[in-house]
Amino acid sequence: MSDTSAKAAAAAAPKKKGSLQRHRTLIAYSFLLPNLIGFMVFTFVPIAFSLVLSLCDWGAGNTGIKFVGLDNFIQMFTQDKSFWISLKNTLYYTVVTVPVTLFIALLLAILVNKPIKGRTFFRSVFFFPYVASLVAVAVVWMALFNPDKGPINSILMALGIANPPRWAASQTWAMPTIIGLTVWKGMGYYMIVYLAGLQGVNPELYEAAALDGANKWQQFLHVTWPCITPTTFFNLMMLIVATFKSYDIMYITTQGGPGEATKVLAYHIYNSAFVSGKFGYASAVAMVLFVIVACVTLIQFRVEKRFTDYL
Amino acid sequence: MTKKQIIGKIILYIVLILLAIGMLVPFAWMISASLKAEKDVFAFPIQWIPTNPKWSNYVKIWKKVPLLIGFRNTIVITVVATALQVITSSFAAYAFAKLTFKGRDTIFLCYVMTIAIPWQVYMVPQFIMIKNMGLTDSLVGLILMQSFTATGVFLMRQFYIGIPNELLEAARIDGLSEYGIWAKIMLPLSKAAVATLIIQGFVFEWNDFMGPLIYLSSSNKKTVQLMLRMFNTQYSSNYALIMAAATVSLIPVFVLFIFLQRYFVQGIAAAGIKG
Repeated sequence: MSDTSAKAAAAAAPKKKGSLQRHRTLIAYSFLLPNLIGFMVFTFVPIAFSLVLSLCDWGAGNTGIKFVGLDNFIQMFTQDKSFWISLKNTLYYTVVTVPVTLFIALLLAILVNKPIKGRTFFRSVFFFPYVASLVAVAVVWMALFNPDKGPINSILMALGIANPPRWAASQTWAMPTIIGLTVWKGMGYYMIVYLAGLQGVNPELYEAAALDGANKWQQFLHVTWPCITPTTFFNLMMLIVATFKSYDIMYITTQGGPGEATKVLAYHIYNSAFVSGKFGYASAVAMVLFVIVACVTLIQFRVEKRFTDYL
Repeated sequence: MTKKQIIGKIILYIVLILLAIGMLVPFAWMISASLKAEKDVFAFPIQWIPTNPKWSNYVKIWKKVPLLIGFRNTIVITVVATALQVITSSFAAYAFAKLTFKGRDTIFLCYVMTIAIPWQVYMVPQFIMIKNMGLTDSLVGLILMQSFTATGVFLMRQFYIGIPNELLEAARIDGLSEYGIWAKIMLPLSKAAVATLIIQGFVFEWNDFMGPLIYLSSSNKKTVQLMLRMFNTQYSSNYALIMAAATVSLIPVFVLFIFLQRYFVQGIAAAGIKG
């Protein structure tokens, strides 16, 4: 009898363990599902769908969706002048915005990292535009740079410049105006990241450098700069992605104009889909943006792995 | 302090003050213009403090455009989307960080991969899908679209991983269920991460422009940012009113920024160090 009960217990144990395991899995899924369902439906599936859509012809008007292979891409690369213009503008925007922002952000971070009174105040002032609404600051910026009556041009004219730039209304100056707004609004964010990097530099390194007779500039060049290289790299990658995907600022300030002077890649996606109603074609343009951002991210992954190995 | 150091400090202050003025001038001009009569807005030289402040501008804006409805819509979107995001992300993050189940790593990989993909890449198919669900031009569609972000889950998971397992084991032995552990241990210990998530969510939702622009079309569904834009296009010659509306729209974020700045900064600094 004792023999059978031992056998029954032995048989029950794994079964109980199995049901316990199942119970645990159920609990885990109950934690996961509320987010997972939303994430799948509203993010993951649209991402997968955009890949399919880029190979299809689908307009807002007609109901049918038709597989066309690489036609969208061929049309984009060979016939669509707007695509090339917007790609060129995106590169212009990125190539100027990124280094200027990095430089000013680092300069600001160094200044507000010094032990001075009121540095919290200065940090807040430099950071605030980043959290302010883009629409509000863009409206103010456009009024300040109004070519006919704006205060900037009034000042320039008072200084004796007879024909000041027409800023957002001019083919040449529209992009620099937008870049100025972008840098002014965003640099506080990168300043904060730099500040965290600067505070991570070992103070003993500065003491050692000072003992060796290094002046401030040499200390920056040989201590600060190498130590914050990972921070610079992080900021660089973040900035590149941010500038490549940005189009709200152009939409609000110039609507991509004058002409197509400030039309960028993401704006072209928006226009193709929501103005021209070509959903398939817009997704093909989106794939180009995706590939660019993916390349940046891959480089970031590889290099950062090297950084962490090195550190 | 040597003489050289004192001079250096003075130069530093002068540079900082000039830069700070550069940052603040647009805001100062905005507030100043918002209190002027339209004909004085662009008067030159600039009169920074209007002799006869027209506070009535701040009364007029509510009648010109249904700004109050805009505020109501923005508040609804901001509060609901942020709450949904915080609750569901911390729930999912607990499963990813502290529970074992089949497919955990694969699912998490799906989340992580999407972090790097900008919304601009999939905004078109996302819009088509939500339109087919009949949820465009409704706050519900916009809220659902923005509530389940991978970044929220990622942020909370990173935080939860740092909480020692022994603490949870002890709680389990004491008979606390997993839900109890989440509510009584994980959530209270992750206040800083929750605060960061709430602030980021609030600022994003409050300032978001393209999302509402694409999704909301009827005027009683529009958000503050869309109303502000409407002001700019419909009353493009009335700068005093536009500046008053811009000032009002900036106040909530400004107040939050003054009181909770620490959390704004912490989140960003942490991301940078990790990266």
